[in-house]
Amino acid sequence: MKVEQISVFLENKPGALTEVTRILGEGGINIRALSLADTKDFGILRLIVNDNEKAKSILIARGFTVRKTEVVAVEVPDRPGGLADILKCLSQSKINVEYLYAFVQQSGANAIIIFRFDETDRAIEVLSKNGVKILEGKKVYAL
Amino acid sequence: MLFDQEFETLPREALEALQLKRLVATAKRVYARVPFYKKTFDGAGIKPSEIKSLKDLRRLPFTNKIDLRDNYPFGLFAVPMEQVVRIHASSGTTGKPTVVGYTRRDINTWAELMARSLGAAGAHKNDIIHNAYGYGLFTGGLGVHYGAEKLGASVIPISGGNSKRQIVIMQDFGSTVLTCTPSYALSLAETAEEMGVDFKKLKLKVGIFGAEPWSEKMRDDIERKLNIQAIDIYGLSEVIGPGVSIECLEAKRGLHIFEDHFIPEIIDPKSGEVLPYGQKGELVFTTITKEAFPLIRYRTRDISVLYAEACKCGRTHVRMERVSGRSDDMLIIRGVNVFPSQIESVLMNIEGVEPHYLLIVDRQGALDTLEVHVEVNEKVFSDEVKNLQSLGKRIEKDIKDLLGVNAGVKLVGPKTIQRSEGKAQRVIDKRRI
Repeated sequence: MKVEQISVFLENKPGALTEVTRILGEGGINIRALSLADTKDFGILRLIVNDNEKAKSILIARGFTVRKTEVVAVEVPDRPGGLADILKCLSQSKINVEYLYAFVQQSGANAIIIFRFDETDRAIEVLSKNGVKILEGKKVYAL
Repeated sequence: MLFDQEFETLPREALEALQLKRLVATAKRVYARVPFYKKTFDGAGIKPSEIKSLKDLRRLPFTNKIDLRDNYPFGLFAVPMEQVVRIHASSGTTGKPTVVGYTRRDINTWAELMARSLGAAGAHKNDIIHNAYGYGLFTGGLGVHYGAEKLGASVIPISGGNSKRQIVIMQDFGSTVLTCTPSYALSLAETAEEMGVDFKKLKLKVGIFGAEPWSEKMRDDIERKLNIQAIDIYGLSEVIGPGVSIECLEAKRGLHIFEDHFIPEIIDPKSGEVLPYGQKGELVFTTITKEAFPLIRYRTRDISVLYAEACKCGRTHVRMERVSGRSDDMLIIRGVNVFPSQIESVLMNIEGVEPHYLLIVDRQGALDTLEVHVEVNEKVFSDEVKNLQSLGKRIEKDIKDLLGVNAGVKLVGPKTIQRSEGKAQRVIDKRRI
């Protein structure tokens, strides 16, 4: 039920993001979704790609610091209040969302949002119990 | 003003006779009482009784900062602790500080020398001395304080920091003499300007600045902005603290070393050979009156020149040129001694952090800044911003706790810092002092 995400450390300097995306492109890696967290001094690029292992190894070979993290891909009804309903059941169970970002593509009529929780397993349990659809990794990488 | 007319103007012949007598007594005492000196004297094949002239000083072994660390904390004290009335400390080259002790007589000697220093800068008992050196383990604050009291002046023990209050007190109390680091003097000038206070309307007439390197250009700056005479003072805690040497107001050229208490030498830092007056090299001091913590041929790592030409102030003691650099990698940041190796020891104590670092020292306005570049490897990397930020904060706090210096940590990519293959560049000093 979990999706693997890779995170890359970026120094806050011109060209850093270009280099990562160029290396991935040359390696035939397709980026499915991404988000960039930035601070004054550094950035963290988070990616869902079609081939995690390959993406990780080619980035490490090029001197980047990379880390794999487990996140959850959730189908969110594409209607007003769709996301709010899901967040409500999480907050009632006192689960924290560390960050989230949206997928460009949809799954049928639903939007896909990537969540990073403080307690991943419990979040999946709560979401499933509330009838929220969670996408499997295999499906997400191939979207 | 000559605080001690007799000793400050002692004819050279009498001064040198006094030096020899005191040197022999010190050498005998440390040989008998401090195992470290017995070992190094024996290693050099010299007995204290063989010292017949001042020339024999060069036969004695050097003492290095690392010897102080190896004998941490009290191993080089030459008196029992019951006779030690004060302990000070400064940064060592790694985690352990350099510790020094004083007997009651040492404290009195130090106060006398600081009183002489204040006098040389033109201060007298009617002055109000605004002492903005830090009070504490650092010798600056208490050193000036005791000297000011010995002189009979009124001392304001304001210590460092809180610049607005400093300006208000200077204004209200009518401070006439300012003692602090030269960079803090410039910082006070900025604060005064922001507050709309004009130094020309204050009673301040002279400032005595030390504990960090500065230049003639900075002197001009300070004199203009604070409307005072700026005097350079030199000292280091190992030798006694501030009051080892000072410029006189009359010449403002070279710092008179109080030679009746300390014998200076200039050596070639590579060969250790003694260089004649006029040649640039590393300053070495031997203390000849200290009781608790005498030092034989202590290598200061400070680069200077000695010259013996008579001075118009009447003092017969040799002068040293303003310190122009270091023969090691020590940095002085806001008056605090910082060795790059200390930063390394902080990083090594944090799980997962690489001991590779780059220090960028700069000056913003009047104050020094220290930026520490640390690499982010897989062990410390996180997909969450807050985790990386707390790593940076942790390093900053550990540096502050160990060194007392505010540093900013910048996280950089892995293997972007030059590796130590022979000589890695660990420090970029952008300051134009």
